[in-house]
Amino acid sequence: MSKQERIVENIGDAAWQAMLDTVDLFCFVGELTITIFTALRQPRKVRWRETFYYMDQCGCKALPITIIICLLMGLILGFQGAVQLRKVGTDIFLADFVGVSILKELGPLMVAMVATGRAGASFAAEIGTMKVSEEVDALETMGCSPHRFLVIPKLLAMLVAMPLLTIFGNIAGIIGGFIVGVSMLKLPPVAYYNRTVAAISPEIFASGLIKSAVFAVIITVVGCMRGFQAENDAQSVGRATTSAVVTAIFWIVIADWVLTMMFTMMGY
Amino acid sequence: MDKSENIIEVSGVTAGYGNNVVLKDIDFTVKHGEIFVIMGGSGCGKSTLLKQMIGLYRPFAGSVTIFGQDIVEATLSERRVMMQKFGVTYQDGALFGSMTLAENVALPLEEYTDKSVAEIAQIVRDKLQQVELGEFGDYMPSEISGGMRKRAGLARAMALSPSLLFFDEPSAGLDPITSADLDSLILVLQREMKTTLVIVSHELDSIYTIADRVIILNAATKGIVASGKPRELRDNCQDSWVRDLLTRKNMKLENKI
Ligand SMILES: Nc1ncnc2c1ncn2[C@@H]1O[C@H](COP(=O)(O)OP(=O)(O)OP(=O)(O)O)[C@@H](O)[C@H]1O
Ligand SMILES: [Mg+2]
Repeated sequence: MSKQERIVENIGDAAWQAMLDTVDLFCFVGELTITIFTALRQPRKVRWRETFYYMDQCGCKALPITIIICLLMGLILGFQGAVQLRKVGTDIFLADFVGVSILKELGPLMVAMVATGRAGASFAAEIGTMKVSEEVDALETMGCSPHRFLVIPKLLAMLVAMPLLTIFGNIAGIIGGFIVGVSMLKLPPVAYYNRTVAAISPEIFASGLIKSAVFAVIITVVGCMRGFQAENDAQSVGRATTSAVVTAIFWIVIADWVLTMMFTMMGY
Repeated sequence: MDKSENIIEVSGVTAGYGNNVVLKDIDFTVKHGEIFVIMGGSGCGKSTLLKQMIGLYRPFAGSVTIFGQDIVEATLSERRVMMQKFGVTYQDGALFGSMTLAENVALPLEEYTDKSVAEIAQIVRDKLQQVELGEFGDYMPSEISGGMRKRAGLARAMALSPSLLFFDEPSAGLDPITSADLDSLILVLQREMKTTLVIVSHELDSIYTIADRVIILNAATKGIVASGKPRELRDNCQDSWVRDLLTRKNMKLENKI
């Protein structure tokens, strides 16, 4: 086989694998949907204690880093915006620029990135390790569906934690912009505040929260699926963790794009 | 139930992972009330065979019948009913790290029964007592030793008082005294509760002590090379590899003396 043929073959092979993987992902989502509906009919069977544990782990424990990152993001955005807006003498629009981009895009996205690195990776590692130590097998023989037992608590926790984190992240980001506006552009604080309130709306705010809920589902589902795909050795748990992060980021960006198009078409 | 009735029937099972065939054409039966031991070198597929028997994996070919019902073809809900009737102890205990020992033992009770919290707590206390872990109910699995983890796993497998217990390597990785303790514990349980036991093991001492019948797997042939009573096999088996396997320990001892 010539070198060119091999290249073509490798590309084809990789594409085929990616396709199979996507099919796997959608199958997993399908199975999970069934489990969720079964769980909703029997709320007593949901592992509430684990759910609260993950809310604490993925929500409360992630709050400081989320706030710091979003605050820095606001500062960066503020600087970038200030330099450009000063050129055309429309300094006050910095409030619009920062407020809208944080709420619509960067708040949910930065929170999702932090959560992918923290929660997504740890979900994959946790389930992968449980698989290696036969705990997943043990669950099945004890009549617990591994999905209900391991995925649902994480999913519920993330669905609560991520939008809440996004709210805090949004506030921190806007404060970041505010600091730049007031210190660098010497804008009056009250003017900046009024401009921000005028620029943002409940719809914009809600669209960001919807995004973050979708990201929460992606991070949890991908993390858990990669964990279940781990084989019976420690290295494969490492690979599962890496792959959970990469795959989640990929699907987050895709979902972000789709949602942005949708919201734009709906006029938000 | 009739004493001679077969509780497990494995016929023509070929199994493995992906394209890798580990077991080929396995046939055997386990009778009610006996202690049945699966032997063989490391990596010859003992755990794999056990997982086929409890319906965790689908065999490539063949069938596994437990309590007269095909576990391979059973639907999810049928399998759920079947699984309540047997307990499984895994090679490393497979306790859930995020729960205390008591919660681990309580889990099958919560899942399968409608017992009240107080009833469950009572059963959990009894079962932990039986494996001599009475005071350790509030410990996490990471805070106890390997042998204790195995015993806790046994307590969890017994939570529903099953009539059939699967036990993957009860004594592997334990010192001889602890392992002998575990053997006698198994014997006591079997006498008290009339349980049928399927044990994976390569500890010769325990096999001679507890086994009613043994099958020996070989990684090279991927099948059963011998089956019968352990002492009879050791003395009368035609296959010298089997005789060596069953006397290995004694030979080593003789060399030392
Ligand atoms: N989950 C798995 N995926 C792929 N191959 C596996 C898996 N589990 C076991 N194997 C392979 O199957 C073969 C049999 O493994 P198994 O665990 O059944 O052996 P074993 O007899 O229980 O060994 P040990 O005494 O060390 O526990 C091994 O060669 C192993 O590489
Ligand atoms: Mg094994």
